Amino acid sequence: MENSDTTKVVLLACGSFNPITIMHLRMFELARDHLEDTGKYRVVKGIISPVGDGYKKKGLIEASHRLEMARLAAESSDWVKVDPWEAQQAEWVETAKVIRHHYEELLAAEGKNDQVDTVKVGKKRRHEDRDGFSLSHSVRTDVPQLKLLCGADVLESFSVPNLWKPEDITEIIGRFGMVCITRAGNDAWKFVHQSDTLWRHRKNIHLVKEWVTNDISSTHVRRALRRGQSVRYLLPDPVVQYILEHSLYSAESEEKNVDVILAPLQRYSKSGN
Amino acid sequence: MASRIPLVLLACGSFNPITHQHMRLFELARDHMHQTGQFQVVGGIVSPVSDVYGKQGLAPARHRVAMARLALRSSDWVTVDDWESKQPDWTATVLTMRHHYSRILKQHPSTCPDGASPPDSHHPPAEVISTLSVDDCILSDWHRCPQLKLLCGADFLRTFHVPGLWLAEHVEEVAGRFGLVCVSRGNLQPDRAVHESDTLSRHSHNIFQVREWVHNEISATEVRRALRRGLSVKYLLPDLVIDYIREHNLYTWESEQKNKDTVLTAAQTAGGAVRDSGRLIPAIRGMDC
Repeated sequence: MENSDTTKVVLLACGSFNPITIMHLRMFELARDHLEDTGKYRVVKGIISPVGDGYKKKGLIEASHRLEMARLAAESSDWVKVDPWEAQQAEWVETAKVIRHHYEELLAAEGKNDQVDTVKVGKKRRHEDRDGFSLSHSVRTDVPQLKLLCGADVLESFSVPNLWKPEDITEIIGRFGMVCITRAGNDAWKFVHQSDTLWRHRKNIHLVKEWVTNDISSTHVRRALRRGQSVRYLLPDPVVQYILEHSLYSAESEEKNVDVILAPLQRYSKSGN
Repeated sequence: MASRIPLVLLACGSFNPITHQHMRLFELARDHMHQTGQFQVVGGIVSPVSDVYGKQGLAPARHRVAMARLALRSSDWVTVDDWESKQPDWTATVLTMRHHYSRILKQHPSTCPDGASPPDSHHPPAEVISTLSVDDCILSDWHRCPQLKLLCGADFLRTFHVPGLWLAEHVEEVAGRFGLVCVSRGNLQPDRAVHESDTLSRHSHNIFQVREWVHNEISATEVRRALRRGLSVKYLLPDLVIDYIREHNLYTWESEQKNKDTVLTAAQTAGGAVRDSGRLIPAIRGMDC
């Protein structure tokens, strides 16, 4: 149902996806249900963006495999797609840059589809929702909003020293917005409360309660695979198949980057010194 | 592998509807039993309860069986059996086990002596052990005779402590003659339930406890709740099952009202002793949640 009051939203999930699990896919479903339930949004697309090899995380296998597994996993979805741009960059790309890239893509796509829309920017068109609350963003309101989809752990990671640039956090939340899936026992609002930046932009942070605790983590999956245990029903069947075919995730692959410092920590601690 | 005892895992429950978590329990149990070095899991059986079970919101058995079949289409070792679901009366778990066990024995007539009952112990006698070699075939017949064990969630063990829910001789038979493979979820402590029961602790060697390290609470109850509310259940159960639910318009506000005010059959059979402990009764079938 096309409703003029609803804002179109595209959800972007950044991460290692090493490998992608059922839980990653579930996050998209939960976020869409939550946003659409507010009556203010219509989620039109989901993007999975696996990180590039330059991230240097321990046990991170080649981006080509991670991309292919994500593609296989998203095959059964009619709205979630995989985008290879971030994975293909030679060096690690800050999340804020990834979001900017995808927003430019959205602007470009919108421009191509509808020339009239680009003119509307100049008219400073503003959207009013049902309550008359003004949605004045520094982004155009005639193209979908782009929001970062993540777990509560990302919210927590904002306070880890040297992991994020403060201005990136402000841009991600202030300009774009976040949809954050919180697991059981996680008091995500506490993190918002304890950070002045997060608190200032709290209206742009959507916290989604996961009603079914689902702790599938990629770390656990890799561990089970190394030990020859079944990972069926934790990952989509085609992904399990792909892992077996290519003999991914061994004791050796887990040693990758073992003594290397994570790219963001390298970059930001350098600039800090 | 030749010296391992063939093992079939049986899961009883509502499967209303079957979820990924149910199927996951089979995978965890198989891995665990293989790791003991004693067993070779040769099959898994999903046995949905019949409609007379009378649980709130229970969809008709033909639908629950059909959904389980769709879900397990991709499994090469777990199958669905509709015998229990077709019984006119509620079937005690032990009767379902007996039924399946006699069926399994008939499939292995050469290896199982007439009227064989599974050995109480999984350990061959000392004199057999001393002569065993990995690739030999001097194993006694009983050793190749398949065993059947009940696969259940951890909370299932606690139902043995609900007064009037189980007949003492049934507990004895389920735990002693057959055995249990029990997957613990989250922080539940299955050991305690075993420790607190004389019968269970006597057969503790026959109660295999599997620890599930991934906290996973997909329950059929939550799935039905989401379906009634029009929320997505994708990735909680197989796509084929979701399609089936849509096609047949299962799990609506109306269907959840079914059996709302009836007392579960098991409780009635046991003389109504547990009418007040409705909280625990739903766990009566191994895989109910």
